[in-house]
Amino acid sequence: MKRFHIFWFRFRRNRAAAGGAVVLAAILALAAFGPVLYDVDPFEMVGRPFMLPFDRYPLGTDVAGRDILAGIVHGARVSLMIGVLASVAATIVGVTFGAVAGYYGGKIDDILMRTTEFFLCIPSFVLAVVLVAIFQPDVVTVTIAIAVVSWPSVARLARGEFISHRDREYVLGCRAIGMPDWEIILLQIMPNALPPIIVVSSLMVATAILTESGLSFLGLSDPNLVSWGYMIGVARTVLRSAWWMAAIPGAMILITVLAINLVGEGLNDALNPKLRK
Amino acid sequence: MRKATGVFILRRMLQLIPVVIAIAALNFLLLHMTPGDAADILAGQMGHATVEFTQQLRQEFGLDRPLYEQFAIYLGKLLTFDLGMSHIQQTPVIELILGRLPATLILMVAAITISVVLGVILGVSAARRQGTITDNLISVTALIVYATPAFWLGLMLIVLFSIILDILPSGGMMQVGAGLTGIDHVLDVARHLILPATTLGLFYVAIYTRLMRASMLEVYGLDFIVTARAKGLSEGQIAWTHAMRNALLPVITLAGVQIGHLLGGSILIETVFGWPGLGRLVFDALLQRDLNLLLGILFISSVVVILANLVVDLLYGLLDPRIVHK
Repeated sequence: MKRFHIFWFRFRRNRAAAGGAVVLAAILALAAFGPVLYDVDPFEMVGRPFMLPFDRYPLGTDVAGRDILAGIVHGARVSLMIGVLASVAATIVGVTFGAVAGYYGGKIDDILMRTTEFFLCIPSFVLAVVLVAIFQPDVVTVTIAIAVVSWPSVARLARGEFISHRDREYVLGCRAIGMPDWEIILLQIMPNALPPIIVVSSLMVATAILTESGLSFLGLSDPNLVSWGYMIGVARTVLRSAWWMAAIPGAMILITVLAINLVGEGLNDALNPKLRK
Repeated sequence: MRKATGVFILRRMLQLIPVVIAIAALNFLLLHMTPGDAADILAGQMGHATVEFTQQLRQEFGLDRPLYEQFAIYLGKLLTFDLGMSHIQQTPVIELILGRLPATLILMVAAITISVVLGVILGVSAARRQGTITDNLISVTALIVYATPAFWLGLMLIVLFSIILDILPSGGMMQVGAGLTGIDHVLDVARHLILPATTLGLFYVAIYTRLMRASMLEVYGLDFIVTARAKGLSEGQIAWTHAMRNALLPVITLAGVQIGHLLGGSILIETVFGWPGLGRLVFDALLQRDLNLLLGILFISSVVVILANLVVDLLYGLLDPRIVHK
């Protein structure tokens, strides 16, 4: 409990992070309760197309007469869900790779890190596009594709952490009493290696949301779910006559990603005070 | 050029071979995961997709042989840059890609130049005035741009500069039908390049500004800066010649690492601005579900990124003579 208090004290001291946390909480609430409170089907034609914001619907209607606010509310869910799931998956894969490579070193390290570097030199967005295109776009493939292109950076970081811990006295002590490797990795080193990893994977949620929006802008999104990037893609064709149609969902992405970045940096200051510049 | 550098280049090129083979393997794997093979598609197009005919095509393409044999054939073809046919456009994939690659490279080089130059200037300016309004303004703007989806930023810039102000073209690479030649043609392309290159570059401007600022602040704490001040150099001289050169290396490193990321971003930006490069090709391939073409683009763009990384590695030696190639 005391550790949490120290964490909270340091986090709260950072005003930008606190502001980001408030905004993020609001967006999370929007994603969680929005679709219940504002119960309009985002795919249903509710009125005439191109209605201005505040005319009859709070944010107007799009090219097909669909309620834009309904799209924003439902899109929040999709964006956040894919962002969080993809970075959780990428973190699990990356930490596994990094932990094994860093802890054992030698040949295993060589093979795993070569694989990681290989993935780092493929243009990640192109790979994501190809993966989604091959396996048909739905929530699962989009999430997996984003995770596939995101895990290498976590793997590198985790490897560095494990290398710096594996020869420390407490680890040698564990080995001396015959503790199995998996227990040393999971229960002894992991808690010490986790803080920087938490920071990187929370920032990865932001990148994942940006990637998802790019994919759905290209039409690579679940056809049964509305997402912010998809809304921008639809609005793109009528940019000349109705720029706000593209501006609104884009602004939502910006605000969400900014809030996550601020919170992530706040986490960084709070969890890794030594790194603070 | 020293002999050691020549050997270094040669060794680095040799190291690339397994990476290229691995990329080929990934491509091959993805190709085999796609539903339906080339024979199915061709037979479908020819209008008589009987089982016997498809089987005959399969034999012709060697699709009935074991996987490792197919992979060997695939590799052999890659050696001669044979990436197969685009079954939709009825053209060899490599021809389509080489036709589009120059436009993408122009866009990427312009974006990298904008991002590094602006990032360095803004980063140095912010670091020199640490804690002032200028510093805060630059840092906050960088934070916001860093969170902006680039393709959306591009659309908003089109609204501002092409629709409202009407001073820049909203898309394409040149004025169609103008028939400009010589310097007029270059200027015309440059005018069309401004918006897409800025859009693609701005995200990285944000990154490099922050990195450059942090890197400069670190260098400011070093002894040689104290020496420079002691011998009476102006703050401007210290910042722009002494400190900047030393603070530049992390930015160049990151710029090199991010070439792949930049290439991915250019797909979206080209789609937004109708820039006739690889990105447009990806978009068209997606619309027509031309998977062979998509995989060819993935392969070539990976190779481009690897070669670009090699160039950046060599640039290091020029920028920082302390780095000796062993």
